[in-house]
Amino acid sequence: MLVCGGTGCHASKSDDILRNFQDLIRSKGLETEVQVIKTGCFGFCEKGPIVKMMPDNTFYTQVKPEDCAEILEEHVIKGRRVNRLLYQDPETKEYKSDSKHMGFYKKQIRIALRNCGFINPENIDEYIARDGYQALGKVLTELTPEATIEILKKSGLRGRGGGGFPTGLKWEITRAVKADQKYVVCNADEGDPGAFMDRSVLEGDPHTVLEAMAINGYCTGADKGVIYIRAEYPLAVERLKIAMKQAREYGLLGNDILGTGFNFDIEIRYGAGAFVCGEETALIHSMEGLRGEPTVKPPFPSESGFLGKPTNVNNVETYANIPAIILKGADWFASIGTAKSKGTKVFALAGKINNVGLIEVPMGITLREVIFEIGGGIKNDRKFKAVQTGGPSGGMLTEKDLDTPIDYDNLIAAGSMMGSGGMIVMDEDDCMVGMAKFYLEFTVEESCGKCSPCRIGNKRLFELLEKVTQGHAVMDDLDKLRNLSYVIKDTSLCGLGQTSPNPVLSSMDNFYHEYLEHVRDKKCRAGNCKSLMQYIINAENCIGCTLCARNCPVDAIAGERKQAHVIDQDKCIKCGACMEKCKFNAIFIK
Amino acid sequence: MEMVKLTIDGKPVEVEKDTTILKAAKTIGIDIPTLCYFQLKDMNIENRPGGCRICVVEVAGRRNLAPACSTNVAKDMVVNTHSIRVLNARRTVLELILSDHPAECLTCAKSGCCELQTMAQQLGVREIPYQGEQSTYRKDTSPAIIRDVDKCIMCRRCEMMCNEVQTVGALSAVNRGFMAVVAPAFEMNLEKSPCTYCGQCVSVCPTGALTEVDHSRNVINSLADPTKTVVVQTAPAVRAALGEEFGLAPGTLVTGKMVAALRRLGFNYVFDTDFAADLTIMEEGSELLDRLTRYLKGDKDVKLPILTSCCPGWVNFFEHNFPDLMDVPSTAKSPQQMFGPIAKEYFGKKLGIDRKNMIVVSIMPCLAKKYECQRDEFKVDGDPDVNYSLSTRELAHLIKSANIDFNSLPDEDFDNPLGASTGAAVIFANTGGVIEAACRTAYELYTGKKLEHVEFKELRGLENIRHATIDFDGLPINIGIAHGLGNARKLLEDVQAGKSQFHAIEIMACPGGCIGGGGQPFHHGDSEIIKQRAAAIYREDEGKPIRKSHENPFIIELYKEFLGKPLGEKSHHLLHTHYFDKSQGTFVEE
Repeated sequence: MLVCGGTGCHASKSDDILRNFQDLIRSKGLETEVQVIKTGCFGFCEKGPIVKMMPDNTFYTQVKPEDCAEILEEHVIKGRRVNRLLYQDPETKEYKSDSKHMGFYKKQIRIALRNCGFINPENIDEYIARDGYQALGKVLTELTPEATIEILKKSGLRGRGGGGFPTGLKWEITRAVKADQKYVVCNADEGDPGAFMDRSVLEGDPHTVLEAMAINGYCTGADKGVIYIRAEYPLAVERLKIAMKQAREYGLLGNDILGTGFNFDIEIRYGAGAFVCGEETALIHSMEGLRGEPTVKPPFPSESGFLGKPTNVNNVETYANIPAIILKGADWFASIGTAKSKGTKVFALAGKINNVGLIEVPMGITLREVIFEIGGGIKNDRKFKAVQTGGPSGGMLTEKDLDTPIDYDNLIAAGSMMGSGGMIVMDEDDCMVGMAKFYLEFTVEESCGKCSPCRIGNKRLFELLEKVTQGHAVMDDLDKLRNLSYVIKDTSLCGLGQTSPNPVLSSMDNFYHEYLEHVRDKKCRAGNCKSLMQYIINAENCIGCTLCARNCPVDAIAGERKQAHVIDQDKCIKCGACMEKCKFNAIFIK
Repeated sequence: MEMVKLTIDGKPVEVEKDTTILKAAKTIGIDIPTLCYFQLKDMNIENRPGGCRICVVEVAGRRNLAPACSTNVAKDMVVNTHSIRVLNARRTVLELILSDHPAECLTCAKSGCCELQTMAQQLGVREIPYQGEQSTYRKDTSPAIIRDVDKCIMCRRCEMMCNEVQTVGALSAVNRGFMAVVAPAFEMNLEKSPCTYCGQCVSVCPTGALTEVDHSRNVINSLADPTKTVVVQTAPAVRAALGEEFGLAPGTLVTGKMVAALRRLGFNYVFDTDFAADLTIMEEGSELLDRLTRYLKGDKDVKLPILTSCCPGWVNFFEHNFPDLMDVPSTAKSPQQMFGPIAKEYFGKKLGIDRKNMIVVSIMPCLAKKYECQRDEFKVDGDPDVNYSLSTRELAHLIKSANIDFNSLPDEDFDNPLGASTGAAVIFANTGGVIEAACRTAYELYTGKKLEHVEFKELRGLENIRHATIDFDGLPINIGIAHGLGNARKLLEDVQAGKSQFHAIEIMACPGGCIGGGGQPFHHGDSEIIKQRAAAIYREDEGKPIRKSHENPFIIELYKEFLGKPLGEKSHHLLHTHYFDKSQGTFVEE
């Protein structure tokens, strides 16, 4: 019995489920026959907590701790599925017991997430049972560093942290630099709001990262690895520590690995959760105990990185692909994806979408497939409006982009980017100016403050957007928004500032009419901008029950009993309590 | 050296590999504006965080604009430094910086020599289109330096000076994004930090964020008080730099005009700190000889090397950082503080003036002197030996505000007896000068022979750390010289480790010595100015009829009439001091 121990399910009491199962099994004396394993994330967070039964692959969704007895009694002892806990297809209303028949999983190909949800991440034997550390063994005993790098180059793997730089080439550059000491670094400073693929890999399959880092060390000539991880990921840190301890015990980290004379060990450094520390030079400064802020490149970390030594920095998801590529070959990997973007990409689906969760799909899949097939469409049957890819540095894509195959270059061409793989879906109830402001608020907060365009420019952008959403902006402000966005992109020091205006520019490109409505008509069509909306009582429907007036927290509603009431717009704070309480549909938003 | 050919603004240029675009452009007369960039050539001081983004240029084929200060040239690079795209970006970035800068130019201490103001003028900014919130911080006044960080533009020059050059570590960037600013740790007051008041942060600050505490008003009040006798002393470095404030070429000696101006300002006696410098040599030189003699006689407890103690920034530095070495420096007070008691206890008493009615003002190239004269051990019943210390810049303002046409003043002589000095005292202004002056006297006192060639050229120069061996008639004396506290730290660490080979070490806190002090006219990163000042000082020495301190007839008279002998009881009481352990007590809660 595999019980999801990912963060989402963990928050929905999967620990209690695990404990209940263990207690029940013990009380029934089934310890030798049934095993309960806490795994990493299954990805289908919308339907969590997930419990998967092996060997018949029955996939129970939204399990509660009190369901455990029934599952054990019915499924394990009597061999009957508990239908009410199975996934029900929203269209056909059919129950699906095997995840591979579900829309959410059908089009997924899991390479980076291959072990997440299958193995106990705290048990190295389970990783080894699924070919773990075989790639390291193969590299150390059969391949030269050059040959290994050649495989990566041929596979077409590109950095999954957002930049998309060819991984093999990066390794080759670091290898070519001569130095007495080199380092390999794992960038686990995942910071995009809503993105949690790196966390899932580290929580669900930590050994794959350790194995890939060791391969990286062998190829680039480094005997020290550092994992830079944010301290807000305690579960991932815990599992990494367990994995490192086990790997050392098995002689897979440390001196003379597998008797080949290759030495490699890893240490963990903690980040304080600054978004900018995902940028590799800022990350390195933070690891050195300095202020986490970027420096001008060149020099690139491959020449002068951690403690001034050549350093190869790769992202968690990039690492997670590598053992699979070594074992299955470059051709296999290159057969998946598009011409310039090979393999798969993990996306975190969030926002107004039915199936919120973590998915891994082949490059080249369309946004339509992701949103409407895997994601199950828009929540509450509302209309799709836009999708923000690439996190706060990305852009908004619309209806017209739905059939564009997703890869690094197409997303950039469409005015967005791959980023680390966040995907936030918006519907017609979302104000696009408000969304741009939301993302800007994040970048303003996360700017390190080193360069003027990012430090001051983003703040001014945010203030201009605020003016628009409050209805105080004039047409000139829209030109300012655009000019400022271009200059910030053009002049900022690091990737944070170079991309932070993207949500503004792409929303202006695709939804300029909404900006115009805010400025000229003082109107927000989505009804999101509080300053621009009014709660009005329709006198015809109002029977004067006084319920709204009694519930108004600021006494903004006046009216005699059995007479139509009126809202004082100057007092109203637009909390919506009146509309919520009205039983006669007498209150509407203008 | 490998050469690289490229094109800048249509002009071909060939420069050495690893040259920046900024420097390459300069070779063909293209002056790209910079703000955060700062360099003191030949002194190993450079600040190029690439933060302000004013120097951005267009590089063909590059996605975004490149900072010219920190982007190296490449083969066949095509650079445009003034395309429409560049000009718009540069102006917008400047407008952004100005939008977060108080428009207080009329009353700002830096007005007229502010690099931000100059930049705004140069780019013709007439309005600030991007208005918004302005950052605001607590104003911090220390005994010598005022931090008004609302005016900080995050150029980080002060941080570079404080950390890399001086290794003091009082200032660094704190907070992030719009709130980012340079401040002492935990945004505490400078007074609670390990600040040495060397003032190098002030001397490189492009705006009015860091300025000196202005004591000119106190001096004006004293001059206006008929019950006070106001005595002024001028440090040697002032005469080589004051002229710059009046449009004279750097390196113009204005000793006579300065004396004339001070007299016209109403000072009752215009004396020279150089007199006290000669006195310092008598005391410090005797101390050196005393320690040497005892050492040669086999006294193993004697502390060698002896360290000079005339620089108050340096004294603060070792009190903070090397309290275990407090018995190593000479106990001789600095010339400023030797002058005070001689003026009040000797000269004043001779004239029958009570010390409370005598005001001693010093004109210094230095900000640490402001702190030094406020130290409790330099007061008698609360009355300071030196009442006020003004910087060279403050004196210039004082002269201007008194309607004195400086350049047309006649040359006048200092008053006697405390205005007479030798060439040895003048060179105190330059790095290496104090130890050279000491050698001139110590040689003759030790050997009993006449020194024919008074110039020890081997002790001169601008290299960070210099050493030379001086032959004292068969006794080799090893001398070390450091200017800049970071260089001093290296010599001190050797002393601490017992590895130092020197008999005597001279240390000055500021690059170049007092001529590059924190109170001097702003050099804006032009190291030629500092070199010209140094040359002027050596010219002044050459022109002096007497060039050895012990030959100063007024010094001889002072000892005969009042002090007795060097290191005697009266000297000990009036001219020597002790030091305090300041390693604790910084950064404690107020």
